[in-house]
Amino acid sequence: MFSLEKLVSIIQAWLQSTLRDPWAYVVVCVMVGVAAIALFAILGLMLVYMERKVAAHMQIRLGPNRVGPMGLFQTTADTLKLVMKEGLTPDGADKFLFNLAPFMVMIAAMLILAPIAFAKNFQIWDISIGVLYVAAVSSVAVIGILMAGWSSNNKYSLLGAMRSAAQIVSYELSAGLSILAIVILSGSLKISDIINSQADGWWIIKGHIPVIIAFIVFIIAVTAETNRAPFDLAEAESELTAGFHTEYSGMKFALFFLAEYINIFIGCAIGATIFLGGWMPFHIGNWEAFNHVMDFIPSSLWFIGKTVFLIFLIMWFRWTFPRLRVDQLLNLEWKYLLPISMVNLLVVTLMAIMGWHL
Amino acid sequence: MTNEELKLKIEELLPGFAFEEGTEWLTLNMEAEGFKPFALQLRNNESLKFDYLFCLTAVDWKTHFSVVYHLTSTDIRHTLVVKVKLDKNDPAVETVCDIWRTAEFHEREAYDLMGISFTGHPDLRRLFLEDDHVGFPLRKDYEDPINMIKL
Amino acid sequence: MLEELGTNDQGDMIINVGPQHPSTHGVLHLVITLHGETVKKVEPHLGYIHRSIEKMSESLSYRQFSYVTSRMDYLSSHINNHACALAVEKGLQLEIPGRAQYIRVILDELTRIASHQLWWGALAMDLGAFTPFFYSFREREMINEVMEETCGARLTMNYIVPGGVMFDLHPDFQKKVKIFLAEFKSKIHEYNELVTGNIIFQNRTKGVGYISKENAISYGMTGPSGRGSGFKCDVRKLHPYELYDQLKFEEITEEGGDAFARYMVRIREMEQSMNIIEQLIDNIPEGDFQAKTKAVLKLPKGDFYSRVETARGELGVYIVSEGGTTPYRIKYRSPGFSNLSALNDLAVGGKLGDLMATMGTLDLVIPDIDR
Repeated sequence: MFSLEKLVSIIQAWLQSTLRDPWAYVVVCVMVGVAAIALFAILGLMLVYMERKVAAHMQIRLGPNRVGPMGLFQTTADTLKLVMKEGLTPDGADKFLFNLAPFMVMIAAMLILAPIAFAKNFQIWDISIGVLYVAAVSSVAVIGILMAGWSSNNKYSLLGAMRSAAQIVSYELSAGLSILAIVILSGSLKISDIINSQADGWWIIKGHIPVIIAFIVFIIAVTAETNRAPFDLAEAESELTAGFHTEYSGMKFALFFLAEYINIFIGCAIGATIFLGGWMPFHIGNWEAFNHVMDFIPSSLWFIGKTVFLIFLIMWFRWTFPRLRVDQLLNLEWKYLLPISMVNLLVVTLMAIMGWHL
Repeated sequence: MTNEELKLKIEELLPGFAFEEGTEWLTLNMEAEGFKPFALQLRNNESLKFDYLFCLTAVDWKTHFSVVYHLTSTDIRHTLVVKVKLDKNDPAVETVCDIWRTAEFHEREAYDLMGISFTGHPDLRRLFLEDDHVGFPLRKDYEDPINMIKL
Repeated sequence: MLEELGTNDQGDMIINVGPQHPSTHGVLHLVITLHGETVKKVEPHLGYIHRSIEKMSESLSYRQFSYVTSRMDYLSSHINNHACALAVEKGLQLEIPGRAQYIRVILDELTRIASHQLWWGALAMDLGAFTPFFYSFREREMINEVMEETCGARLTMNYIVPGGVMFDLHPDFQKKVKIFLAEFKSKIHEYNELVTGNIIFQNRTKGVGYISKENAISYGMTGPSGRGSGFKCDVRKLHPYELYDQLKFEEITEEGGDAFARYMVRIREMEQSMNIIEQLIDNIPEGDFQAKTKAVLKLPKGDFYSRVETARGELGVYIVSEGGTTPYRIKYRSPGFSNLSALNDLAVGGKLGDLMATMGTLDLVIPDIDR
């Protein structure tokens, strides 16, 4: 059976046997860095391809189908085109901030990759405050967006950036509160602990209705935080042409574009981890035989499958709903989602104290 | 209301206008002087109630201009055409955009393309052409050697 | 102009929407004063696509001038041609054969449906939903195919000429129109499920871009935009031309006066148009499709005004004739132009996103405004 865990331990054993200690550590760091960047590129390309295919099938058309088998290389070709394009910087722009902004957004996205468990014992950094770290770092991206909007010296960009800032700051709250619900139930901020606490059933199943509410709130918040329709006000193309990245072209635009998809992946990966058990196979209480069969499916597949399912959900929203207006967007958060998740948190706490969950 | 009835009513209320014969709708010719109070009467009189100005246009007759107002009443359902004769050299008439708000754009269009000035219009600027354009294209004596092809 | 590019002394942002902007659907240029996200003033700047059709028509003969009108409101080019033909026929006092009248009305209504379909998709796109656009084009394609077979064109038809229509119907016409009607009956239900019932869509359109009936009349808002405010302005009912006085159909009005009311008027109007076509499609009489006319048309001296109901509202063609072979002056009273004049009133006080919903439900076609 294929397992990433074995692969990692083989590589580690080999490195430690051939190199002295600090060097082995350095090589591991470099390998992880390269792997993370490669993952980024592949993830970006595949998610863009997936989005185009999903959109196409919802819109009764075929989608990319010319470049490569089933159009698989379409996104690669697009990226090549973007790399070769001139990266324009507008005359009136603040050049330093303008060029820094896409990298800020990108780096913020990359940092959150660290605590995500892609498979059993396959994690870059199992930090003890994993969930808190994710919530904190994901807010950094908004600085990049604000930078991009302000430094472009374009009113559409500025409006887009301001909308985006208001939106992300608001929706962080309910995203955080819905994650907290699971933190209370599992009793730990550590990602691996949260996953292990779901060995006898995913939280969405054994957490009853309060966790389902938390899950729905979380999905809405993730959609909003990644600036996706119906919450794509920051780049609302029918209002602001392209919002905060109106002035960007070439590779700098591609970085924003890529970061958006990486953020979706990360949001969905976190959602899959804390609500759907991450790499944990589908287990039902004491059904030993059933659980054993489920264990045969590699843990990495479980993780990828759940994440892709959530990504599909978010894509489905995008191609179905119209966009909210800016005041409705904030109303939804402050008047509905936030009170609901606060009450929900209390209920979850009560549930955890009384031990009502399975 | 038929054209005849409308004609009688207008003659009764506001006498002294020349009517055209043989037109689909009752057509009335007048000078620019005294047009505004007349238009107000048309709008506000209970038995006329012309509340919908569906077309406003200007015609260059070479010797003079005329501005044509097509009016209808959404209540009583009768239609009236008012033709206001304007001077060739200084075509000016009082605005009606405070009576029928649609006139604001239509008057700007007439100013832009025909050069009729509507006194009292709040924002009489060119609508289609650039602000520094010379001449009024819809006039019969307008010449543009580059863009107009003479056959 | 330069100070228009910055901000004013009250700290408002002045922003140019257009002439190249995704939701102006063409080269409309709006200079918007924004206070935060709230619209304080909308000022349209026109003329980017002005071709001076009125001046051009003065040197075109009565057979030729209607061809340019296809380029005015390109989504209802049949109806534009129809208006021109009616004005000329009024001048010539020409009787049109029954078959031509039937063909004209059926094509008018098909055009109306096609135009509303495109509007529906474009409105949803203005509000941020992409998918409806493709659904509306799927059905519009069926109409386009019918048009292509019969008229030889898909957009600028030039099929309706003074005296009748240019040539006879394609043999498949009736069959294909019936297939379309059967298909579209179920699809309109899909439209409602996808967009009309959507809670976000309703929130975005209800109470947005309100105009009262009095103001709508004063601004000369016609068509579905005027009827959304309860202004009974359907030319087909008030001044029936061709067969409209013999047909059974409802004049759709809504009392809301907001974007949603205008939306509902158009959706329900599509059903009425289908109803009209159904009454006619089986009864097209045999006979000539064109009246006998002279090769060179000459209108008597006088004014001729024809009014028709296009998909966007009342189109007036005002011909001033001096008795020659070309018109002395032509004026097109285009519905979009009058509807646009109300935009400032509709949009002020709303958010920037509301402006897009308002513009979308006014259904502006820029070449129609600029002519």
